[in-house]
Amino acid sequence: MKRLWLASSLIFILGLLSLVGIRLLEASGAPASDTLVIYNWGDYIDPELLKQFEREYDTKVIYETFDTNEGMLAKIEQGGTTYDVAVPSEYMVEVMKEKELLLPLDHTKLPMLQHIDPYFLDLPFDRHNTYSLPYFWGTVGVAYNPKLLEGQTFESWDDLWDPSLKGRVIVVDSAREVLGVGLNKLGYSLNSKDEREIQQAMLELEAFSPNVKAFIGDEVTQLMINEEAAVALTWSGQAADMMDVNDDITFAIPKEGSNIWFDNVVIPKTSRNVEGAHAFIDFLNRPDVAAKNATYVGYATANKDALALMDEEITSDERYYPPVDIREQLEVYENLGLKWVGRYNEYFLQYKMYTQRIN
Amino acid sequence: MKRQSTNVLLIVPYSVWLIGFVILPIGLIAYYSFIGIDQQWTLDNFATFFTSTYFTLTLHSFWYAFLITTFTLLFAYPTAYLITKSKHKQLLLLLIILPSWINLLLKTYAFIGMMGLHGPMNALIQAFGFPSQQILFTDFSFIFVSVYIFIPFMILPIFNALDELDRSYVDAARDLGATRWTTFRKVIFPLTIDGVKAGIQVVFIPALSLFMITRLIAGNKVITLGTAIEQQFLVTQNWGMGSTIALFLLIFMVIIMIFTTPRHKGGVTRGK
Repeated sequence: MKRLWLASSLIFILGLLSLVGIRLLEASGAPASDTLVIYNWGDYIDPELLKQFEREYDTKVIYETFDTNEGMLAKIEQGGTTYDVAVPSEYMVEVMKEKELLLPLDHTKLPMLQHIDPYFLDLPFDRHNTYSLPYFWGTVGVAYNPKLLEGQTFESWDDLWDPSLKGRVIVVDSAREVLGVGLNKLGYSLNSKDEREIQQAMLELEAFSPNVKAFIGDEVTQLMINEEAAVALTWSGQAADMMDVNDDITFAIPKEGSNIWFDNVVIPKTSRNVEGAHAFIDFLNRPDVAAKNATYVGYATANKDALALMDEEITSDERYYPPVDIREQLEVYENLGLKWVGRYNEYFLQYKMYTQRIN
Repeated sequence: MKRQSTNVLLIVPYSVWLIGFVILPIGLIAYYSFIGIDQQWTLDNFATFFTSTYFTLTLHSFWYAFLITTFTLLFAYPTAYLITKSKHKQLLLLLIILPSWINLLLKTYAFIGMMGLHGPMNALIQAFGFPSQQILFTDFSFIFVSVYIFIPFMILPIFNALDELDRSYVDAARDLGATRWTTFRKVIFPLTIDGVKAGIQVVFIPALSLFMITRLIAGNKVITLGTAIEQQFLVTQNWGMGSTIALFLLIFMVIIMIFTTPRHKGGVTRGK
């Protein structure tokens, strides 16, 4: 019994000592004002740039990642985090604005703002860019592998309905993108709040069901690379990831139009280093940095002066930098509000169940 | 008197756990199920649950859970029986349990590769001279992977039941002229029914709410209540509806528990 007591006291003391040790080590590190906590999507920045920023600004960068807008929102909303910079998509900027989770940007501390293409500034989801600046942008379209197909192209959404594609199309598991295809095909708005329009879109989509191979998320990249599937309805950036590895794959934006999305840098209320956050945002907008980042990530940059510094082969690629006339056809998602997000998802659930039934 | 107070003290940690992590969350689920998307008290969620969409969804979930449980049982019972007959019981049992130490997600991802058009399963099919098949994203792949994942959980209770079965009953039945099949039907199976029930319980209940495998292996062409809950919480942000579905799932689970819990205490399902 005595030995047991001795042993447990020893373990207890050891535990206590290591705790004190950890605390001491942490305290001797950089003070809080010199660290910058960045909360971004996975693999969405050139890691070299983080090191470059650390060197140039003598700041320690802590980089954390998320994989859904909603997941990010939950972590920031519930507090207990100290993120200085976050990268929500446009509709999520609106949500975060409404929930008062964002700090306004001080434009006087962001001189590199002048390099951003005005086309991407002052958009409906954040007028005057009070809270956000564009990071990357992209579209929704069709990634496909001509090698596995019999000469089909995807100039129109109708082409996805081709009977020869039976069971061959992978569809992104996301309500707005999928219902959006139906709405786009009929020429309706992607932000439709008209039950009749959505129901018509549903009928269109039901006719497309036999062609659906699966509804999945990020796994689509690997499946396309491995030539498990010939066609995927997906985001341009995901298509870029596929094309990096498999040269046969290409990407098309159908002519009826599609969605254009933006990921944006914001400073959440949780920030403890607002000064550093501004410095980092401005750093990202420096043309040389933006060019390096866009080349690494593969999405389209909104920085017009960065384009000049990038490989011609990338910037002239109309699949990623669509010409203005196609851009005109593209529509930004608006925040539909909880009720309509719910409706869209109910319809999408019904659609998935319909597809299950007929397959 | 002193003894009594020590006992009370011993109960404290578990009670705190029970209240904090079991009772409170269930209470919260029940509470949220009455909250609408506009944060007001409402019964709408329940009305929605009884629409055809969720009714069909519930039937689907039960049907797939039934199929998974049946195939798991058909595979697990003979396996457990053979293990009890073997000289290397512990080794074989270890081999059965071993895969359950590997993370579920990793195993699932491995199956994506194995079942692909260019994967080993199709290579085998082609070696027999058949054209390559679409295996992934079908009902077959979904049931197959689910059965694979649940097998250890079914084998263990059945093995325990079989292992504790008194051999003399079997010998007596055989001596009295029963055929092997009759012995199994009238003696072995009834005496191990509690193990089977426990196995069904640990397979059927989680199978009802599978969601990750439905996406990765069935490509969301199999939709279960689990998928619906995930979507309500993560995408739609409608915690109320998500909670309502979870509440019904909970009720279904309790009903299944009642039917599959062994009636007499100290039965053969006791672990070793």
